[in-house]
Formats: sequence, C-alpha cells, structure tokens
Amino acid sequence: MSEDKFNYKELGLMMGLEIHQQLDSKTKLFCRCPNSLTDKKPERKIFRRLRPTQSELGEIDRAAYEESQRNLQFVYEAYNHHTCLVEADEEPPSPLNQEAVDISIILASLMNMKVVDEFHTMRKQVIDGSNTSGFQRTGILATDGYVETEYGDVTIETLGLEEDAARRIGEEDGKIVFRLDRLGIPLAEITTSPDMHHPLQVKAVAYQLGQILRSTSVKRGLGTIRQDLNISIKEGSRIEVKGVQDLDLMPTIVENEVQRQLNLIDISKQLQERGACVEEEIIDVTKYLENTESKVIQNSLAKENSCILAIKLRKFNGLIGREIQPGKRLGTEFSEHGKKMGVSGLFHTDELPAYGIVQEEVDTLRDILELDEDDAFILVAEEKTKAHNALLEIIKRAKQSLEGVPEETRRAQDDGNTQYLRPLPTASRMYVETDIPTEIIEKERVKKIASNLPELPVVKKERIEKEYKLSEDLAKQLVQRNRADLFEEIKKELPSMDSVKIASDIVYTIKDLKRDGYDITKLTKDALVEVFSLVDNDVIPAAETEVILKDVCNDISPRDSVKNNNLEKLSDDIIVDTIKEIIEENKNMIEQRKMGAMGPLMGKAMAKFKGKADGQTVSNVIKDEILNIINN
Amino acid sequence: MAYEEYLKDFLEISNITVGDTVKVTKPHIEHEGMLLEKPDYSNENTIILKLDSGYNIGIDIKDAKIEKISEGKKPQIELDPVDKKISDKKKNLSILSTGGTVASVIDYKTGAVHPAFTADDLLRATPELVDYANINAKAIFNILSENMTPEYWKKTATTIYDEINNGADGIIIAHGTDTMHYTASALSFMIDSPVPIVLTGAQRSSDRPSSDAFTNLMASVNAAKSDIAEVTICMHGTEDDSYCDLHRGTRARKMHTSRRDTFTSINMNPLARIENNKVTINDTQVKYTKRNEKELSLNTNLADKVALIKMYPGISPEIIDIYVDKNYDGIVIEGTGLGHCSDDVITSITRATSEDIPVVMTSQCLFGRTNMNVYSSGRRLLQNNVIGVGDMLPETAYTKLLWAAGQTDNVSEIYEIMKTNLKGEMDTTLSQNYFIKN
Repeated sequence: MSEDKFNYKELGLMMGLEIHQQLDSKTKLFCRCPNSLTDKKPERKIFRRLRPTQSELGEIDRAAYEESQRNLQFVYEAYNHHTCLVEADEEPPSPLNQEAVDISIILASLMNMKVVDEFHTMRKQVIDGSNTSGFQRTGILATDGYVETEYGDVTIETLGLEEDAARRIGEEDGKIVFRLDRLGIPLAEITTSPDMHHPLQVKAVAYQLGQILRSTSVKRGLGTIRQDLNISIKEGSRIEVKGVQDLDLMPTIVENEVQRQLNLIDISKQLQERGACVEEEIIDVTKYLENTESKVIQNSLAKENSCILAIKLRKFNGLIGREIQPGKRLGTEFSEHGKKMGVSGLFHTDELPAYGIVQEEVDTLRDILELDEDDAFILVAEEKTKAHNALLEIIKRAKQSLEGVPEETRRAQDDGNTQYLRPLPTASRMYVETDIPTEIIEKERVKKIASNLPELPVVKKERIEKEYKLSEDLAKQLVQRNRADLFEEIKKELPSMDSVKIASDIVYTIKDLKRDGYDITKLTKDALVEVFSLVDNDVIPAAETEVILKDVCNDISPRDSVKNNNLEKLSDDIIVDTIKEIIEENKNMIEQRKMGAMGPLMGKAMAKFKGKADGQTVSNVIKDEILNIINN
Repeated sequence: MAYEEYLKDFLEISNITVGDTVKVTKPHIEHEGMLLEKPDYSNENTIILKLDSGYNIGIDIKDAKIEKISEGKKPQIELDPVDKKISDKKKNLSILSTGGTVASVIDYKTGAVHPAFTADDLLRATPELVDYANINAKAIFNILSENMTPEYWKKTATTIYDEINNGADGIIIAHGTDTMHYTASALSFMIDSPVPIVLTGAQRSSDRPSSDAFTNLMASVNAAKSDIAEVTICMHGTEDDSYCDLHRGTRARKMHTSRRDTFTSINMNPLARIENNKVTINDTQVKYTKRNEKELSLNTNLADKVALIKMYPGISPEIIDIYVDKNYDGIVIEGTGLGHCSDDVITSITRATSEDIPVVMTSQCLFGRTNMNVYSSGRRLLQNNVIGVGDMLPETAYTKLLWAAGQTDNVSEIYEIMKTNLKGEMDTTLSQNYFIKN
C-alpha cells in the first residue's frame, strides 16, 4: 500500500490487537501432562453435558434454556497417558505451572509491563464445550506496558496467563467432538489498547509482538499463535476479527473492514432516506414455486418437511445486491446470518432472475407479496424449522442495516475479507477459581528474571551476523527457525570450525532432510558436534556432511558412516602425487592453454578423487603445478 | 474472610468497605476496581480488586494510596416467585439439604457463589424439576459432610419422618459425598419407610457448568418417584453424563476421591440404573423393599460411643485398651483378610468382650465375607466372643452397632441384631457377579 485508500484519521479508525500464544513449558498449566498435541487414536471417550450456571439477576427463559440443554452435548477424546483426570474434569486442577509463570514474567518484562503482586486464577464461563469444566481458567499476570514501534509506542493493556481450550475434531451423532490434548496448554494473552490508527501500524505492532514472543520459550508453527484484531471507525462499530494468520494480510483486512463499515453506513443512510422497513411476517410461498425449473429449489423441496419461505423488505430494492467488501454484497451478510441456522443460502430480488428462477416467477411472487417496484423480498428454501429460524436471523440482520454497522465477531478469511461469526461476547462472566490458591509473585522473582532477559530476535540476528561473519540470510534463517542457540553452542565447542558451514547445514541441509522424511530429532547438539568435528579435524571433506547427517538420522554413528561410505579424506601426499600424474599426462594441453588448463584438469582430478579430496586443496596444488610448468 | 489489623486500618482511614469502587495508586502503577472480600489463602498485605474486565488481582498495599471512587451498592434482588406448577397428578417430593450445594447462583458482579437453599432458589436454578414433581425444598442444616455426627443423623431421620407424615411421596437428601454412605446406612436402620429416601450429591460443585449435581438430582427425582422404598444413594454410574446408579444405602462406598462415578456397590450390584428419566431394575432376582410395603416408623436410639478400628501390621494393643478404658459401647474391627487380628491384640480384645463390650469383625478387603473358622487366629477370636458380620461393610457395621447398642445393653441381644439382616446390609449368599473384576 503505497498510498492510503482512505483518510483514516478523518474516519477515526481505531484498532487493537489481541494475541494468544501457546507457551512451550514442559507440562500443561494446571496438570503435569505433556504440553503437546497427539495424532494417536483416542483411547477413551467421555460423554458430557454442560449447563449454564445461573446469574443472580439472570432470568431464565425456560424454552430457550431447555433448547440450549439439548444442544450442549459433547464427546471428549482422551488418552490413558497423554491426558489425565484433570483435563477430563474428574480431578481438581494441580497448582499453577511455575515454568509458565516464569515465561510470562519474561514476556511482561520485555513489554515493559508491571507484574501483579498476586495472581488470581479466574473461571470465565464458556459453554460451547471447548472446556470440559464449562469455564476457561485465566488470570491477569501483568498490566500497563508498552512496545516501541516506528509509529510510536503502543500501550499493552494486559498480559493474561490462561489455559488453551480442547481441540474441536468434528461432529458425531449430533454431538460435538473435542480432543483433550490441547486443553490446558498454557497461553499468553496479550491485549493492546485500541490506540492504533493506521493499517500498517497494526502490522508493525503484530510483528514486534511476534518478535518478543519468539525470543522466549513459545511454541512455533501452525495454530500455536492466534491473532485477533479489533477495528472500528467513528460512525461505525467495534468489530472483532478472529484468527488473523498472516501479518501481511492485516492491512488488507483493515482496509476491507473500513470499506465494509463505510458501505453499511451509506446503505443505512439511503434506507433511512427512503423510509425503508423490514416486515416481520414470514410467508409460505411454496405453492407458487412448486413447478419451478430451478434445480436448486427443486433439490431443496425434495427434502422432508421442506418449504419456501419469504420475507418482505420494503424499499430495499437495489441495496441488497450492493457490494460492501470485494466480492461480497449486503445479501452475502444476510446469507451468512441465515447459514448459522443451518440453511445453505438465500435468494434475493437484486439477483433474480437467476439460479433457474425466471422473471415470470419473480413477477408472480411480487404480486402475491404485494410488493412495489422499490421493495425487495428474500426467499429461503429448506426444511421448515430451519428456514423459519434462518429468516428470523435475516430479519434481525436486515433491521440492523437500517441503523448502520452491527457490533459483531467476524472470522478473517484468506482473501482479506471477513465473515460473520457471532455477536460480540457480553461482559465476561467471571468468578474465582477456588481450587487454585492465589499466587504471590515476589518482587525478587520479577527482578531476577528482568535482569536476565533474552535477546530480541532482531538484535540476535544482527549480533550473530556480525560476530560469526554470516550472510544476512543465514543469520535470519537461524533466528527465525529458533536454531541460533544451537548454532552458537556448536560453535562454542568447535571454535575453529567454519561458521558458514555449520550455519548452512543447520539451516538448509537439515531442513531438506526433514522435508525428505528423515528423523531429524536424532540430530542433537552432541551428534552435530561430532559430525562437524570430522570436518574440523580434516577427516572428511566439508561437502560430505550431508551423507553422514542422513546416516545419523537412521541411528548410524558418524564414525561408522565415514567408514561405510569410505568418506575419509585422502592424505595430502596422495593428492599431490595423483595430481602430478595427471599433470604429466596433460603436459601438452598445459603448454598450449597455460592457466586455461585449470578447469579441465580440475575436473579430471576431482573425478579421480571421487569427492575424497577437498576442492580447495586440489585447486591449489594444480595451480602451483601449472605455474611451475609455465614458469620453467 | 474480613480484612484484619493493618489492612483493616488502611481501609478504614479512607472509609472504604468491601463493594466500593476504589483507585489504588502505587509508584508507576494505578488500579481501579471493586474491593472484594479477601480469600483466606491470600497474602496478609494484599487487598483484592475486581477490575472492570472481571478479573481479580491482588495488590500489595506497601507504598500504596487508596481512594474511594464510589460507594458500593448492595444489589437489591427481587425475583418473582417461582411457579411450582403444583398438581394433584404429580408426586410430592421433599428435597432436604444438609450442606454442600445442589444448585448455586453466581453473582458475576463480585464473583461470589451463593448456594441455592430455599425451594425457590433451587427451582430457579433447576426449573425442570417442577415438570416431574411437586417439589418442597428445605435446608435442615449446612455442614460439610466430614463434620457429620450421629446427632445430625438423628435430626435428618426425624425431619424425613415428619416430611413423610406430611404427605411426601419420596425424599431426596442433598449431602456431601465424603460420608454419604455412613448417613445412608444410619438412616436405613433408624427409619422404616413406605417411600423412597434417596441421598445424592456432587463431585463437581454446582457452580460450574460441568457439575454432576444436576444429572444426579434429576435421576434422584426419578428414584424418589419409583417403587424402591429403601434408603439409597443416587450418583453418576460412569464418567459420562449419561446415567446414574442407584445403590442400596447399606452397601455403597465412596471409592475415588474425585471421579463422578465414585460410589460403588460392594457385595452386590447397584439396585437400578436411571437413564433418561427411566428407572430400570438391574437384576429382578434381587429383592428390594417396595413402596408402601412398610409402615412408617422412626427409631433414633443410638449408642453414644462405638469405635471403628483398622488392623494393620505393627498395631499396638493399647489402641483397643483405650476404648475399653473409656467405656465404649462397642467396637467394630476392620480385620485383615477373612477377619483376623495379630496375636498382639488378642488379649486386649478378650478384655473388651469380657467387660461386655460387643466386638464385631468386618474385613478391610471390603469385598467378600468374614469367615473366622478357617485359621486358628479367627477361631481364637470366636472363642473369645467376637462375632463376624459376614459381608457387611465396615462403615455399615459401625452405624448398625451404634443403633443395635442403642436398642439394648445385653451383648447377646446386640449380637443377635448384628447377625440379622435388617436392611439388605448382609446376605447369606454372594454372587460371583459381585466384584470389581467382572
């Protein structure tokens, strides 16, 4: 984005970030199970229901309550050893994981935050099944920090330490299936204040926070970090965009969201001017479309108990089809709300005739529904209850379009658009987790950790680049792949070994091996030191490490690998003698081509050595010999 | 817990009480929030604030200044009375609470959890109950079940008696799980009942959405409406929220510290399974007392002091002596294996029986029955007037001996009562089917 699409300042754009990052402690936050996911077949299954606990002032609508009851049925996949009674909600939680607390204190210090004197674990009610207990355990560890960015300081409001939720696997007989492996993995939750005002700024802040996170023991890879973005403009509303994966996409998401809000505001103004309204009546129009040629409608009607229902949107004509995000119309938003009730989509007048529905049928419907030219209708063809519930949602959303932008939670899509997810959560329903004692965090503990903070990735990159004379790319790759420490440890044991060779094997060769399915967990620091010391001690040529690394992955020792593959370097005497032989055989060529003979001779020599001589050595000897001949 | 001493002064100087919104200022940091009660495990110099976000944090008041932003308002809660849908077509059930919480209401403003004690509270938290019965709920006392005593059993039994006399068609007793099986067996001996008496509770507190309380309570309502007119325990049958087991009160035992399916029937299988509001008898050959089979009667005479002693290698005879010295009314021994004691304590036990203290032998194996004829150590106990009570659980033998010794002082008569099956607590035959390894 070289030039801004909008004048964000004038629009009053405000953005905040919320980042959830899994911490890489050895065990989980409230039990001592392994802090890792598993693809093993589940060994146990547990069936559970959840029931919202009642708030003191909460009135219970019995019908809604019972309905929710029926839907709150879950199956949890568990393991005999990978998960335990705590995840299964069959045992009170174990004490707070102190390693996770320490990692969080490091994060707090790196973000210039104030660590609380006493950490209180809270229960935040979540009854979608993702927590077996029906609540997420969470607490505030630090407040009031900031990070510096090129756009100025950004306030970090809070750092939370909480448990990750169970992994949603799918559905089974109408019950939602979760796996307990992820439940209880420690998460750091970083919340910035909503004081960012430019799309590039959120990207910069997200990047900066990512750098901070990556300097500590956090998990890496898909799904280990989740970023949410809060966006609002002055005349619009607060929208929470969940699950932004790609930082580069952030500015586009912001741009599209601003555009969406501006369009919705404009639509609401037009609708108000027109005196538009949404009628609440839901009308069965099945009989007028019974003989339609439309395949889509015919297919829907083939289902049991299905029907076609319609609603009337007075003076909406032309606006439902209006684009509000690239490729998405107001009608798309209506449809997304309807889909939450299980229908596959809707038809609206701005897109008809289409989908096999012909003009004549549209006209008939307009007549039956007593619509004027500037009125619109929406059709849903589905099983009766679903269709009815979907239209209730659509009516609700259509009414909101008269007012402007509804506050809601949306999901980020890969193309930079967003999709309706659910209404914004209401005020957090929190109460104290009485099973876990409060945690006094001593000043001394914070001080000690703060005086020994890790290097930020960008600082580390610059330092190792300079210190070991690495290329920028190598240094960057080492840091990004979290291998810089490994590199430095190896280098410490083999100070005379070529840094570039170590780094490039770590960054490139091992990566290739992993891609090819080698078990690179065998390549421990000690194993690597042993391999590189072969080069360092001149036992093998540098180019042969790959063969040995592969063997080590297959449990063959470096020494055996050298022997099996006959990799031992030729002694210098043999090299010189062999080269002398070659020179003798090619004397004529040397006299003719002089130094131009270098290339061909090099080729001949290397072919003869079959990789068991160091190229640099061979080249030097040949050069000397040629010079000898020329100069004599 | 209230704020004390230094903290109390700190708050009083600024005229601040719990519930007020305050601002706490410390060097470099400021917090605003509502002052909460202090949890008893919190640090002594710390005050607790609830922030706007709902989170609580503790603040050390060293170097801190506090100022009141606004006075806390006591929430005025006026809830409409619940429509109990009283109908002649439904059975009348009494739910008696002894402690713990069957249902809870959470005040999200302060994060406080209030147990639902009154009938209306209970029905507001579990409105489905009124569809199944006319519910009359009462809190008879509020104690943790580890603090239960024979006096509380008597009070409970008397209340049950009154409720049945007043027309209850079934009784549900909400009870802490730790000693639920003691209470269940004690009530079994104290009451003859024409209607079901069902004890239930929760392993996960009722303030959490995953609590087992509701499933257990709903199943108990069904059990209390059934024709099984015994004292029973109704709790989760598995780790799933799918069905509950109905255990005979004299045969049940808490076998796991935390799992939902902690209760297990010992030396029999659960009487019934309750699933989807249906009560299904597990084994039709196992007899049970049916509704209206017995006349209502109450007998709360209990002895004052009975001891329950476990035998273990290295046990010292003085453990027995002390009860004899203190004039106990009876001793239940949880012997090893078939009902044995080490030679070291035989003399002390003989002294007890010779001083007319009934001594009753059970087994710490729990499963199976005592048989003291097999080994000489057992025979020696029999010769010294100790009786084995077969397949009776040690806890049940304890409550039964309290009751038996409350009926008479004559040891032979007490033994006669102990050896007679009164409430399904013992049987002459044991099925191969009754063990954990089926």
